[in-house]
This record gives sequence, C-alpha cells and structure tokens, in this order.
Amino acid sequence: MSHSAPPVPDAAASDAIVSIRNLGKTYAGGFEALRDINLDIRRGEILALLGPNGAGKTTLISIICGIVNATRGTVYADGHDIRHDYRAARAAIGLVPQELHTDAFESVMATLKFSRGLFGRPPNPAHLEKVLRDLSLWDKRNAKIMTLSGGMKRRVLIAKALSHEPKILFLDEPSAGVDVELRHDMWQMVRQLRESGTTIILTTHYIEEAEEMADRIGVINKGALIVVEDKAVLMRKLGKKQLTLSLQQAMERIPEGLAGLPLELSEDGLTLVYTFDTQSEETGIAGLLRRLGEQGIDFKDLRSSESSLEEIFVNLVRKPKGNPA
Amino acid sequence: MNIHGIRAIYRFEMARTFRTLMQSIASPVLSTSLYFIVFGAAIGSRMGEIDGTSYGAFIIPGLIMLSLLNESISNASFGIYMPKWAGTIYELLSAPVSWVEVLLGYVGAAATKSVMLGLLILITARFFVAYEIAHPIWMFAFLVLTSVTFSLFGFIIGLWADDFQKLQVIPLMVVTPLTFLGGAFYSISMLPPLWQKITLFNPVVYLISGFRWSFYGHADVHIAVSTGMTLGFLAICLAIVSWIFRTGWKLRS
Repeated sequence: MSHSAPPVPDAAASDAIVSIRNLGKTYAGGFEALRDINLDIRRGEILALLGPNGAGKTTLISIICGIVNATRGTVYADGHDIRHDYRAARAAIGLVPQELHTDAFESVMATLKFSRGLFGRPPNPAHLEKVLRDLSLWDKRNAKIMTLSGGMKRRVLIAKALSHEPKILFLDEPSAGVDVELRHDMWQMVRQLRESGTTIILTTHYIEEAEEMADRIGVINKGALIVVEDKAVLMRKLGKKQLTLSLQQAMERIPEGLAGLPLELSEDGLTLVYTFDTQSEETGIAGLLRRLGEQGIDFKDLRSSESSLEEIFVNLVRKPKGNPA
Repeated sequence: MNIHGIRAIYRFEMARTFRTLMQSIASPVLSTSLYFIVFGAAIGSRMGEIDGTSYGAFIIPGLIMLSLLNESISNASFGIYMPKWAGTIYELLSAPVSWVEVLLGYVGAAATKSVMLGLLILITARFFVAYEIAHPIWMFAFLVLTSVTFSLFGFIIGLWADDFQKLQVIPLMVVTPLTFLGGAFYSISMLPPLWQKITLFNPVVYLISGFRWSFYGHADVHIAVSTGMTLGFLAICLAIVSWIFRTGWKLRS
C-alpha cells in the first residue's frame, strides 16, 4: 500500500484553529529540522504528533509558540499570523514544555498569577482555583515549587499553561517521567479540556497515549510530516490483520497449491501466518481454509490479530518518505 | 500594550528582591557604610577640602554611584539570566509581550531596587558625614536615570551571558575599575593634565560628575555634558536590546 505525503490543506478551512503552510526550519549549523510542513489543526480536536527522537516535533511546537524562529513558511493560530500578529496568536496558546522548567523558589499560586498576567489576562482567583483543584494542586497552592515531586511539578506546568484560558494547548511529552496514576488523571483532564472546547496538540513517545486520546495522528520523521490522518482511518488504512494457524504437523515449505497467497511459515514449520487487507471486503480467509483442506493440511488452532498503533508507527518511520505503508 | 504582562514581570522581580533582602539591600548598604567609616570619618578627617567640600561629603555621590552601578547591573542581569539558566524563559518567549514591555518589567524592577538602595545609602551616610543637596530634584533625576541606564546595560549582559562567570566578568573587571578611576574618591582636576584628558574617555566620570553637581553645585564636567553622555549611553543600550529582541540573538534559535 502506498501513502503519499499529506496534501497542502485548504487555507480557507473554516474549522482550522492552527494553519501551517510550507513551514521549514534550518538551524545555524545547516541542520534541516523541519521540511515543508503543511498542516491544519482542527478546532476542538486532540491531535497527537508522533515521531522518533529528533524528528522535529518540539521544533514544530516551538515555532508555533514563538520560541523558535521559522526559516520559511507561515503559521496562523486562531486566525492570527504568529509573526505579524503575535500578540493575538500567542494569547490563544498555552504550552506545557517537555522539560520541568519551573521557578523553584516561587509558590504554586504565585507562579500561576505570574503566568496569567504575562499572557495579558486580568486577575481571576476563581479560575486559578478551578485549575488548581482540577489538577489536585489546591492543597499545594502555597507550597514552594522546589518542594514538589516531579509529577506535581508537571501538574504545575499544566496549570500555568491553563492559567490564561488558552484556546489551544500544546502538551510536549506530558507523560514523560509521570507515574501511571497521574498519567490517567492527565488523560482525564485532557478529555475534559477538549469537551470544554480547547484544542489539544500533544507529542508523545507513549503510543498508548495517542491511541487512547487522539482524534487524529500526525507522524513526523526526519523533519517531514509523513502522515496525518484520523486515528481510526489510519489504523484501518495502514494497519494489517493476521490469521495465525497452529498446524497439526510441521511443514518444510509452503505447498505449491498455496502459492500466491500472503503466507509466512515459521522456522519450526508449525505456524502459518496469513496477512490480509483490513480495508478489503473480501478477506480471503474462506478461500484459504478451503485450499488448506484441499491440500490436506490440518490445523489445531487459529487466531486473528490486528496491528497496534505502535506497529503502524514503527512501520511508518522505518519506510522511506512517500512510501510509508 | 500588555499592562498585565508588565505588572506580572515587575511584581515577580520585586518579589525576588524582597525574598533576598539581606543580599540585595542590606549587604550593599553595609559595605558602603564601611567606606563612609574608613574614607569619610577616619581618613577623611585628615584630608583637606576639595572644591570647598569636606572629603567625607565629597565622596558620597561617588560611593552611591559605585553601589548603584554594580547593583543595577547585577539586579537586571541576574533577573533575565536566571530564566535562561533555569529554562523558564520559554514562557516569556511564548507570551504576548513586546520587547518594550519586557524591558519595562525587568529593567523597571531592577531600577526601582537600585533607586531604593541609593536612597538608603544616602540616608545611612547621614549617620557618618554631614552633607547638603543643592539640587534635590536633579539629584533624584540623576539617580533614576543612572539606575535605568545601568539596569538596561545589566539586562544586555544577562542576555549575552551563557554562564555565571560571564555574568560577573563585566561588573567586576570593567565597571568597578571604571568607577574607582572615574572620580568616586577624587576630583579629576587632581590628576596630571594628560590623565585628566584620558579620564574623559571613561563614561563613569560623567555619571559621578553630574551626580556630584546635584549635591554641591560644582563638578569636573558640565552638567549638560554629563546628562547628554548618560542619555547617549541609554540610547545605545536601548538600540542594542531592540536589536537583540528583533533578531532573537541568544534568545530564539
């Protein structure tokens, strides 16, 4: 199956809250971190950006948020050019960085007040209290950040990003170094945010996280956006199903009568694996079973399995660009 | 204009000042008091008058300037260097604030602290030396102008520095020697003619001279020249900061 690079999105897409056109970034040493990125992020969706280390995910987020200068291309956030109309664009964005960068000597509440003010919003104690309560930080509001655990610091960073009520929230590796319980709490919070209308873009190494939460998946590899697709569609298009048959007797090779079928024989000759297209109406399983019977091949067990998002992701980043599947 | 943003930065920086009162206020006041005791009360009593002013009173403007320059640079450079060092600068860079607003917050707080310090030293000096202020409004204006200008200079150092050593090198290796050689403890008219001319290349001479004029009505350099030079340095610093934020030098990759 072939899958071409994503087309240039329609600039007039009314539901896009972030529009990226021909975005590129080449660092001073000549390293090309991003190449010709075109992407529309839909209002209210959860988009997960996947990619191996150094793929360009953080660079992309950093450009949108104003931390890194793009070499070429344009980005619009909430309808505002991030360079020429940076005030309005940035006011709409909240960022939770990957690293635990905090003001160690400040209290939790003081750092939230700072963040809200910095983003041009008047004081709103009720909102800050809600954010802190939602993140189970209310009891820690007067604690100095340096006294908090890593997981708590991560929550503080999320609270800071939410303090000015952004329409777009970037979560750069939100689960890095976070225990399972906090991760699930965070997923719950992200879902609540989405329900309240916030658009969420997250980068993650945990494929499970993307699979659990995302509406759409984007995969970045070597600076290029190689695919962006609805999660369900991606899994259907790029995923594969397999039927595994445990044979009664070992075979030395696949018989001539089964030639042409997508079959693989295990080294011990006791397992036959049939791979079929998930999109096809006709899986070919009935034909396979009939031909097995004709060949006198008996099996004692059979089971089917489906690709996980992780397998799809690994396949995508291993294949050359333009032929991800 | 993002007033809330300016206020947030200003309050954040002032809170840092009040969290470290011993280091930021008490320590420079104490060390300057020692100068007054040694050079003013002890050695000063054996020195003759300079331009009709007792030596103890003569050195007050220079000593205030010495603290003011160092503290302004230190406050502002530390204020912007720490977020760079700790990584929290990401928030400032991603916030809807212009470079002017960032300056008003950081430099405003650093200059406020310096003015407070200058006034505290002035009050402290009263315990050791008798003095009068001929032009109090000019004195205060010079105090504010110098605090703002050198806080701005410190802000540039904080943006430029990528380690703690660089943060200290300019104040210790450049500003302090220039202040000592800029007439803090003597009138440049006491120098040989050649050194008088060389000293005029030292920008701190104009600061101390102008400030001293506001106290005693006489100075090494005309007040207009002092004011002009200080404003010129302020303009250069503003231009540099504007360029840094426009290009993202040392801030945005």
